[in-house]
Parts: sequence; structure tokens; C-alpha cells
Amino acid sequence: METTPTPPTNEMILRVEGLKKYFPIRRGMIFSRTVGLVKAVDDISFEIQRGETLGLVGESGCGKSTTGRVILRLQEPTEGKIFYNGQEITGLPSAEMRRMRPEMQMIFQDSVASLNPRHAVAKIIGEPLRIQTDLDERAVQERVKELMDLVGLNPKWRKRFPHEFSGGQRQRINIARALALNPGFVVADEPISALDVSIQAQVVNLMKRLQKELGLTYLFIAHDLSMVKHISDRIAVMYLGRMMETASGRKLFENPLHPYTQSLISAVPLPNPRLERKRRRIILEGEVPSPRNAPSGCVFHTRCPLTIDRCRTEIPAFREVEPGHGVACHLVDGAGGSLIPT
Amino acid sequence: MQPILKVRDLITRFYTVDGVIYALNGVGFDLKEGETLGVVGESGSGKSVTMMSLVGLIPQPPGKIEAGTAELYDAEQTVELLHLPEKEMEKVRGRQIGFIFQDPISSLNPLMAIGDQIAEAMITHFNVSREQARQRTVDLLRLVGIADADARYDSYPHEFSGGMRQRVVIAIAVACQPRIVIADEPTTALDVTVQAQIVELIKRLQAEFGMAVVWISHDLGVVAGLADRVMVMYGGIAVEVGPVDELYENPHHPYTIGLLGAIPTLDEDGRKELASIEGSPPDLLRPLDQCPFASRCPYVFDRCLEMIPPLLEVGPDHFAACFYDVKNKKQRS
Repeated sequence: METTPTPPTNEMILRVEGLKKYFPIRRGMIFSRTVGLVKAVDDISFEIQRGETLGLVGESGCGKSTTGRVILRLQEPTEGKIFYNGQEITGLPSAEMRRMRPEMQMIFQDSVASLNPRHAVAKIIGEPLRIQTDLDERAVQERVKELMDLVGLNPKWRKRFPHEFSGGQRQRINIARALALNPGFVVADEPISALDVSIQAQVVNLMKRLQKELGLTYLFIAHDLSMVKHISDRIAVMYLGRMMETASGRKLFENPLHPYTQSLISAVPLPNPRLERKRRRIILEGEVPSPRNAPSGCVFHTRCPLTIDRCRTEIPAFREVEPGHGVACHLVDGAGGSLIPT
Repeated sequence: MQPILKVRDLITRFYTVDGVIYALNGVGFDLKEGETLGVVGESGSGKSVTMMSLVGLIPQPPGKIEAGTAELYDAEQTVELLHLPEKEMEKVRGRQIGFIFQDPISSLNPLMAIGDQIAEAMITHFNVSREQARQRTVDLLRLVGIADADARYDSYPHEFSGGMRQRVVIAIAVACQPRIVIADEPTTALDVTVQAQIVELIKRLQAEFGMAVVWISHDLGVVAGLADRVMVMYGGIAVEVGPVDELYENPHHPYTIGLLGAIPTLDEDGRKELASIEGSPPDLLRPLDQCPFASRCPYVFDRCLEMIPPLLEVGPDHFAACFYDVKNKKQRS
């Protein structure tokens, strides 16, 4: 099928404003009371344009998966607004939300847990069609064959069960199911982390091809920066529930402004021995603090090599330092320069 | 440099209810004194089974070491590891060969103070008193970067974060100053910024103690910065072995070439498709009588289907198990 690639337009498909998701920590079985809050996502804002891929990266506990789930309203946000195609979907009654669902789909990391082991592939991929459309069974089967073909699975295998497929093939089943209803927007939560390296490349190539052919918009959640750079137009970096920096992939790697982004990039292993031996690494002290006890001020200040007094008390505002490049750090001045010695 | 470990034609199988798993189909390699050997392969390639076979950690049954030799040399004697009685093997494990596993949670005893777990190894292998062992353990904890080491001796694993637990596992591995440390994906379960800390720590300990390190990883990127030589495994055999710069800049096996192409580099702009290796990894339930990569290889020809290719010399200290010469685009004679 010959199609022209859909370049990112200036049209916003998704806008997130001041999104928060707090989980209460409860004690006691019968008279349970809230003794604390895990601020999984704490006041983040971002936009995604139609046809682009936004890569969302960060270490475990940074809130990237929660963000993905809250956007699809698989979990309700504590505060904040989400707009899809200009329409606010936060607070939408469930019947109306249900009508939106075909537009917004999800691909999960664990292809074993997300596919019902007792259902044949045809049933798994056809399920969204049976729930959301009034296609008859023959039409559903036709569509299933078409989808399997689209993701590179032999349609003859549609009577087989998930355990008969390899990890990479199961992830293709997941993708086919997510695409069944012709969504415009897909959240992919670590879709390749569980796969072998040679299979990761297959799945990433497939996702990129489908994006071009179908004009999809992706939120691609991952922790592997080099793969995120490859697939994303723009990248957003999270740490302990907060947005640290967003920029185009190229900009972020050429001119990272946040000390956390800089250390993340310097920690990416490169398959080039000579380069690796010469490379200067910024090695952070310690580990990510527990999100139930997030540090005051800038959440990164306990590990930041450049902390000043202000970082301990005042939460840095997220602001745009140049068009399309935003950062939340007291040390970065408004002109877009950095105080960080290089 | 002298090899301290020489492995040849290692064959390990697992006899399960689903059939025989042909895990290793003739693995051979040398480990030289003080070097770092990176062992790279995907899941099921046999990298962990190889190392477990050497130190008697394969559960038998269902596992069985069918053939091969593994000689461990030191100044006085040569020990054949594969046929060592368990009592003798206990003197090798920990003392001669230390281990770091991927998952620091399951490799530590949750009911034992971490200090005692480190001291245990020293008490077993050396004639030291409990007091001496405690003192050396505290020194060791400090060495692996655990702050307030004296007080932390009596802590339990659940009181530590993932990165700290891995530091404890590393302390156990080097407690008796073994000549070889096998690190089986030691950073895979950790966050990126913590991975970098652990890599630095292991490098520092190696410089201090002069031990040889076998670093197992699925990621060619991780190994590039720390190995002297790299062995790439696929389908239970070594498909390519060579000095690190040679192997990355001048790979000879089509699988190694494919793997290197499948990793995005930071200087590309993402417009290019990643080179992907079509097809799936080999079915280990079938006996191997041909090149394990044949079904996915773009250069396959009749000889590849007749036998398992042996490691052939393709450059100085550089070997590839392939009948096709990719550099000159012709079949090897």
C-alpha cells in the first residue's frame, strides 16, 4: 500500500494541563485512614501534535506509566485537565467516555499478562470489534485477517493461542488489537522492554511503519533512551512525578539543559568501544528517593551535583527557554543558556 | 597472557516433560588472567547455562552435562571442573570463582543480616575468627560504597534499595578475592543511573584485586565500554569471539552484524529503519545439526545446513563460526 507519510502538523491531538495523580497510603483494615500520599504524577503539562511520537522517559517510579494510564482514564486523575482533539475528557461521564475509547488505545509491556491465554488470537484481536461495533461475525473475521496481515502475522494462525507465539509475535498481536478500531492515538507502555534486541528492532520498525501508513499519534513510554530517541519526534523526561525537560529528540541530545537529563544521556551505553572508553560519565550519587517521601523544593536536589540553597526550598517552575524546549531548573537562565559546566 | 580457564566442547541438555532442551551444543572459550570477557547473547542463547555448568550450579536432573572439558589452572595444579565432586566444588565456588547475579533480591537470604552473609564466605574458606571476619566485612562494605558500614552490618536485605543490595552481592562475590568473577547481567534489573554506578564499582574492584571478570549481558552497548574481549553466543554455541574493538568495528558473523545494526545510535536522526533480524530465535527442543542461525541468515548456503560451523580464524585472535566470508562476499574454502 502506497501512502504518503503524515508529518506532524500543528494541530494538537492531546493537551494535558496540571495533571496530578496522588495515591493515598492507607493504614488499618476496617477503620482505614489515610496516612500519606504517593505523588505519582505531580502537576505536569504537555501537548502532543497529531502524527507525532512523544517519548516519555524516566527511571522506575517517575510516574511515566501512571501518566499514560491517567490520560486514557484507566485511572482517574486527582487534579488537572486532559483535552483530546480539543474536547475535555476529564470528568466525561463513562457512557460518553466509552464513545471516545475507540480513538485512544494502549499497548502494554507484558505480552503474556495482557493476552488471555484461553482465547484464540482471532478472539483476542476481534474483541474490540465485537464490543464497539455492530459488525457481524464474518466481517469481524475479515477485519481480523486484515489486521494480522498488517502487523506481519500469518492470518492462517488466527486459531492459535498466545502461548504458541514468541514474545515478538505476541507483541504484534497486542498491536493488532490496539489498532482494531482505527484509533488516532496510541499509548505504548514499554512495548519492547521485554523483548530480545533483534526482536525489538522488528517491533519498532513495525510501529514506525504503521504510524506512517495510518497517521497514528504515539505516546511512547520507555526507559531506554537510545530507542526512545530513534522512535520519537519529541522527548519528555520525568523524575519522581515531575516533568524535568521536554524538547525535540535532536535538541535534547545535543543540548540537554537539566542536570538530570544530562546524567541520563551520559549513562546510555553506546555500542562503540573506543567512544565508550573516552566518554566522561556524570555518575549520580544514590538512588531515586521513595515517592511517598519526595524531597522538598526540586525533587532532584538530593542527587543533583549542582544543588544550590534555592533548590531545597523552592519548586522550580517549568518554563520554555526557547521554542519547543522547556525545562524545570533554577540553574538554567531564561536565555536558554546553562550554568552547567561542560 | 596465560589462560586461567579453558573450556572446550561443552554440551549441556535439560531433560524435561516437554522434551529435551538442547541448551549448549559445544561451547568453547578461554579466559585469560585479569581480563574482562563480555558474553553477549539473547535469551536462550546459552550464556548463563555455560557459566552455571562450569561451577556445578545446573540442577541435575533435569539438567545434564553431556560432554566437554573445563580446566581451571593455577600455579600448582589443574582442576577439571566438570567432573568435580560437590565437596571439591565447594572449595572452588566463592574462593576461586565468585558470582554476581541479575536479581539481588533472590540472591540474598532475607532472614540473615547482610554482614553475616558476607562474612560467611570468609569463614567457610579461610581460617578466620568471627571477629576478624566482621572487621574485614566492614572494610569490604565500605569498599563497595555502603555508607556507615559498621552500623549497616546488622541490617537485613529488605532495608536496602536495589542498587545497595547489588553492592552487597558484589561484596560477597569478591569477599575471598577470587581469581574469576562471573557477573550475570548484574545491572539489568537496575535503573539507568544506578547501572552506571555498579559498572564503575565492578571496574574499580577489578583494578584493585586483579581478578578476571566474565560479564554476561544481552546488550552489546553495556559490554562495549568494559570488556577486553567479547564472545557472542547464539543457539547454544559461540558464534564469534574477538578483541572488543575488532569485534565491534569489524564483525564477521552475520548475527553479530545484525545485532549491531539493531541498536540505534545516538547520532542518527531516526529516519533510517533499524536493521532487524527477521524470524525468531532457534527452537531449542530440536537437536542442533546445522548452523543455529541458518534460518535467519541472508547468506545461507548448503554447507551451513550440513554441520555446526566451527570457530574459524578471521583475524588476529578473532574467530567466527561461519562458512561465509562476509568481507569478501564469498563462501569460505
